[in-house]
Amino acid sequence: MHENKIIGIEPAELMEKAQKFKDEGYRLVQICVTKVDGFELSYSFDKDMDMTTLRMTIGEEVEIMSISNIFFPAFLYENEMKDLFGVKITNIVLDFNGNLYKVAQKTPMNPKN
Amino acid sequence: MGKRTIIPFGPQHPVLPEPIHLDLVMEDETVVEAIPSIGYIHRGLEKLVEKKDFIEYVYVAERICGICSFMHGMGYCQSVEHGMGLEIPRRAEYLRTIWAELSRIHSHLLWLGLLADGFGFESLFMHSWRIREKILDIFEATTGGRVIFSVCKVGGTRRDMSNDTLKDIVKTLTNMEAEVKELCDVFVEDYTVKSRTVGVGVLTKQEAHDLGAVGPMGRASGLPSDMRLLGYAAYDDLDFEPIIETAGDSYARTVVRIREIYQAIDLIKQAAAKIPDGEISVKVTGVPNAEIFERLEQPRGEVIYYTKGIGTKFLERVRVRTPTFANVPPMIKTLQGCDLADVPILILTIDPCISCTER
Repeated sequence: MHENKIIGIEPAELMEKAQKFKDEGYRLVQICVTKVDGFELSYSFDKDMDMTTLRMTIGEEVEIMSISNIFFPAFLYENEMKDLFGVKITNIVLDFNGNLYKVAQKTPMNPKN
Repeated sequence: MGKRTIIPFGPQHPVLPEPIHLDLVMEDETVVEAIPSIGYIHRGLEKLVEKKDFIEYVYVAERICGICSFMHGMGYCQSVEHGMGLEIPRRAEYLRTIWAELSRIHSHLLWLGLLADGFGFESLFMHSWRIREKILDIFEATTGGRVIFSVCKVGGTRRDMSNDTLKDIVKTLTNMEAEVKELCDVFVEDYTVKSRTVGVGVLTKQEAHDLGAVGPMGRASGLPSDMRLLGYAAYDDLDFEPIIETAGDSYARTVVRIREIYQAIDLIKQAAAKIPDGEISVKVTGVPNAEIFERLEQPRGEVIYYTKGIGTKFLERVRVRTPTFANVPPMIKTLQGCDLADVPILILTIDPCISCTER
């Protein structure tokens, strides 16, 4: 039976945890955001088909660091989170500055906008 | 360093069935960098979960993609069922497996045709799609639809297959194998095909892992990743190994998909022989109140269905990470250093589905 677990972390722990997963040979599976009171972010990693998801909740105005300099494919997910939800992410290796998705309305997945 | 120019590739291009845009930074005829942009067909399907209840949303999920429509419905249903602790009948799991593997055959044959079209081998393209029609006929006979089936529902399936139908499917696939072999021998052995694919767009195993390649894109580079090994649906009862190649080039990606057609035929035969009698669905009571990350192996690779229920009939979140989305970074890597003339083939070899990617 393969694992599929969610672990809660603090935003300040994200980079350290991501680097640890990288060093241990994990693959970035996906990143997603859910609009709650703020944002609920989920970073999923896989090794030998066991999946671990790091979960953190942040306020809408909180800036978080990109993990794309650790896991390059993260740039796509992070640009998507910026474009569709308005999550504030800094240091993305390939930052489209809100222009990855050609949407008529800004941050359409974030009801407040 | 020569003079650099930027060539826009897409969103409308003869080899692209769907719109993706790349800015190709060129030095003479060589691609130095490829910068993707998407969003031309973003439909906000994840947002629709606010308006469709968890039973209705399966119809939305199926419309994410016209090629792996069934497997999107299946992934969504599995995620909700696991979140609700719902155990569906074993026969329904077998039926889902059969339709899923039929979808894999039709998707790979469609892709082979597009690849042939991409390098101008029109008769090969037509033969690929001619054989694919037989799979669509099976879909029509068993579900009533050729593209969108709506046979998957939360709690099981809407339709059953009789024993005679299963025998007919096995007979059709057995007869089809010879035609598939005749077709695929051209892809594997023909000089002109090999000249466009062998050694083109090499992705090493390490690169495939680091860049998150999934499905045939990763397996052609030696990654033994296949979500069917998780044992969902009836796969835990079936005997199979992931199809692996190691060269990591366009030819290896073609060979993996060809071998997966034979593998899918074998899996359908196994499932048809082992399918148990019984009900095809259970009554659904209650509402989802849990979150689940569900993973399946679509024809293009690993898909993630994340559903989060909050104890109402509307889910708080549905998130779909499609295989093409994951394969964009590896595609960018394979484009770096390639000739301009190889760009269409390299984009095709990830089997891009932009409709899926943008949702």
